[in-house]
Amino acid sequence: MTRLPAQPGEVIDRSRPVDFTWNGQAMSGFAGDTVASALVAGGVRVVSRSMKYRRPRGYISNDYWDPNGLVQVGDEPNVRSAHRLIEPGMAVEAQNVWPSLERDLRAVTGLASRFLTAGFYYKTFMRPAWLWPTYEKVLATFSPGGRIDPDTPHRYHDKRYAHPDVVVAGGGPTGMAAALAAAGAGARVLLVEHCHRLGGHLLWGDEHDRALAAELAAAVETAGVEVLVDSTVAGRYEDNWTGIVQRSHPVAVERLVKARAKVLIVAPGLIERPYVFDGNDKPGVMLSGAVRRFVNMYAVRPGSAAVLFTANPDGDAAAIDLERAGAEVTVVDARRGEGIVRALGGSKGVEGVVLADGRRLDCDLLVTAAGWTAPTSLLNMSGDRPVYDEAAARFFPSVSIGNVLATGGLAGDGTLDELIEHAMATGRLAAARARAVSHRLQAATARAVPVNGEEPEWPVDERPDLARDPHPALFRSTTHGVVDFSEDVSSKDMVGAAAEGYDSVELLKRYTTATMGPSQGKLETVNTVAVLAEARGQTIAEVGTTVWRPPYAPVTMGALGGRLFEPVRVSSIHPWHEANGAVFMLAGQWIRPDHYGDPAGEALNTRQNVGIMDVTPLGKLDLRGPDVPQLLSHLYTNKWMKLAVGSVRYGIMCGEDGVILDDGVTGRIGDQHYMMTTTSSGAATVWEWAENWLQTEHPDWRVHVTPVTSGYTSINVAGPKSRTLVRRLVGDVDLDPEAFRYMQVRTATVAGIRDCFMWRIGFTGELSFELHVPAGHGLTVWEALLEAGEDLGIRPFGVECQRIMRLEKGHFIVGQDTDGLTKLPAVGMPHLLKLDKPDFAGKPELTWALDDTSTPVLVAIQPTDPSVVPDEASQIVRPGTDEIIGRITSSRMSPTLERSVCLGQVLPEVSRPGSELTVVMIDGRRITARVMEHHAHIDPEGERVRG
Amino acid sequence: MLIVPCPNCGPRNAADLRYVGESRPRPDPNSASAKEWRAYLYERANPAGMLRETWYCRSGCRRYFVLERDTVSNEFTNPPTPVAKLGKRP
Repeated sequence: MTRLPAQPGEVIDRSRPVDFTWNGQAMSGFAGDTVASALVAGGVRVVSRSMKYRRPRGYISNDYWDPNGLVQVGDEPNVRSAHRLIEPGMAVEAQNVWPSLERDLRAVTGLASRFLTAGFYYKTFMRPAWLWPTYEKVLATFSPGGRIDPDTPHRYHDKRYAHPDVVVAGGGPTGMAAALAAAGAGARVLLVEHCHRLGGHLLWGDEHDRALAAELAAAVETAGVEVLVDSTVAGRYEDNWTGIVQRSHPVAVERLVKARAKVLIVAPGLIERPYVFDGNDKPGVMLSGAVRRFVNMYAVRPGSAAVLFTANPDGDAAAIDLERAGAEVTVVDARRGEGIVRALGGSKGVEGVVLADGRRLDCDLLVTAAGWTAPTSLLNMSGDRPVYDEAAARFFPSVSIGNVLATGGLAGDGTLDELIEHAMATGRLAAARARAVSHRLQAATARAVPVNGEEPEWPVDERPDLARDPHPALFRSTTHGVVDFSEDVSSKDMVGAAAEGYDSVELLKRYTTATMGPSQGKLETVNTVAVLAEARGQTIAEVGTTVWRPPYAPVTMGALGGRLFEPVRVSSIHPWHEANGAVFMLAGQWIRPDHYGDPAGEALNTRQNVGIMDVTPLGKLDLRGPDVPQLLSHLYTNKWMKLAVGSVRYGIMCGEDGVILDDGVTGRIGDQHYMMTTTSSGAATVWEWAENWLQTEHPDWRVHVTPVTSGYTSINVAGPKSRTLVRRLVGDVDLDPEAFRYMQVRTATVAGIRDCFMWRIGFTGELSFELHVPAGHGLTVWEALLEAGEDLGIRPFGVECQRIMRLEKGHFIVGQDTDGLTKLPAVGMPHLLKLDKPDFAGKPELTWALDDTSTPVLVAIQPTDPSVVPDEASQIVRPGTDEIIGRITSSRMSPTLERSVCLGQVLPEVSRPGSELTVVMIDGRRITARVMEHHAHIDPEGERVRG
Repeated sequence: MLIVPCPNCGPRNAADLRYVGESRPRPDPNSASAKEWRAYLYERANPAGMLRETWYCRSGCRRYFVLERDTVSNEFTNPPTPVAKLGKRP
């Protein structure tokens, strides 16, 4: 055990022990411990195996980014163990080790490592190609990820939208100070901290640091700043749209906060950079920050004999911390020209170190403090291209971005007082700029509340410049070591890759996969650039850096999916469907009955007696005005100028490219009043399409378009007995076949409900009346129909039955039997294309399409064997070949004909009636089928619908 | 996500609108050659710089309008113009 006596800054609660397991073995820690601190306190040194060479690995940075700390917790893979707090009963395991963490047999690849250089995968597993499936299986076992359990129960993830004036990324001293100053200047501030508490590096600092952290955190709490801890600003997008991943939430597993920040303050501090030398990935080689967190926050001593290679005051402070913790410390000071060359030790970890002067020291802990990486990620995402400062040995922002302000270590160095002063100035500037942005947004709202006063001057950045402390440029020793710990890429791999010609930083990154692993460049980007610069004999500034892209921290798929905001739509008859055995289907936003248990029986009954279907999702647009005929003529390809009051017409709409967009019927209800129906899925599109023409090309047309899809409950009454049924409920319309003919519309009172309209159309191929009832009364009419039709054998039917019946009748469905290339002439309805109209949407393309003999056309198809139903999307091929010449677009077993019926698209050359087709079934079998004379498999003359 | 200044609804998330794209005049459908018509359908200048483009405020006022945007900086410059006021064909 290496748990120390109580430390002044410890964040663990010794009164609350927590038991958990590590690879099945009982472990214990305290509330507030991370998995890492509890494991190290329990004497664990090796926590993972490296990705390629299976080398044993221990904690190196001991924070969220630790590339060696990914573990499995229960069914959750890839948990960052130096960040995740322990909980009672937690089952923690090492990931992807085989057969065990201590003895990973694949470590043999480590012996072969001189052969497994960069690009190894590309070179080795290319040929022969037929072995790829085997390669894939072997390579998959090397994937670094944990185990996914398909039986993991569903857990709640959430989303939130926030509109703060200022978002501050980073809750260290400067982030807190900036948030305080901004709030003090009247801004609404959201402060986002990556760790479990505010404080940043002050938390593992000295007494003065900790007092300051407590003071700032208390001030933040009383200043009305909203604080999100264990949360990360994962991305910054256009106009300061920021994505914040909130990992700790009282209810949700994870929450994605989408915050529109008027100003974003970037204050993430600095990330300590590892030093590259032989053996730098041995367990027990750690960064100074890792050691300070272990000792000061968790009272854990990670080693007893330490060698500390330091180039900065933070490294020096680690020496003091270790000595206080009772470790022997030997300091190797880079500023005095001293250096380390090689870490010694076997699979259990570091045992010694060779210094640059040739001395060999024994140690069980080798600490490096070689410098800093500026995590400029959010600045990159805002358009900055940070530049390298040779004297300070790190990158700095180069561009001034009005609504994104950096402070803290990103901006420069100084005493805590100087840094806080800069941060306060940043906070005040952010608040002032947020006000200016707010004013602009207000002013851009033409008809909103009047804006108060003149637009303020854009606040000028008058912050004092921070100094840049010189720092030795330490990247690699005289030996080669690991650069990317996640992806197991060494500096030697990189030098080799550069020699092979992958010598630009972007190419090198992709070829070696350096910076592409779970730590995403936080630790390794600058070393990658430095190694490449050295290999090319250039400076770091000349090589440049890769671009940091979102997300800054991982976001789970659950959080991205989150809570759905899509509305769910149901008709007013829905409760009846639920109570009467309907099996539902999702159709866009609608939930509607697919069937009531027996779609074939529903179809037969509708053909013989009468059936009713809830067709409410059918798109409905109320069109009013003197110029409606012009609009209709423009949208549809056929003629509409002379549609009489009381008549209904079918039409097809095409886009300007001639491709079928939608279809439906439109009826003229009154002199200047029309009702248009669209497909259920096309309602929104057609509305926008109509508005497009009315607002852009023809603003002179006087037409009002109102979407009324949910304003009416729509019921299709179909079957030979439908007239008898409707007659029982409608008294004010003459239903005689000569008085109310096929393709006519009437307003009617149905079952006592006024202001309904009904039309005679026939998608199912039967005599049918489509009733459109003011939505609130839909259920009343539905139940009245069922009651009045009892002796007629009435049964409800669903979408599946309708699909069967319309296919029997040969009616196509836009989007099912047509696709993104199907132009009007392909569907065989030449009477619907009236090219003598002066203009309509898609006219030129449709004119030219008439001459096209190369694109598929829609035909009805019947398989030779009536019992075989080819799957929809089955290919039609030229006999004896694999050449595709068409496909089945719809297929069903017809209960009426007791045989299979299809629609399909085929090349014109095989589209003549009687043409024999070869259809490839899903199991590879080939069947024959025949092209029919008419699209309609039943009643091609339409006697039933006209009855 | 971009903020788009709708002339009626004010600044809105781009997801509230539909991006119609580069504004192009519609050729005369009765005299246009295939080349002209397909240029209208498919060809876009796609400049790095100022672009006149059409938006549709689908979740708000339901109006089409034209904006000028710098495609490099994503800044909108001119106040929006209702499409109808642009006149019809050139």
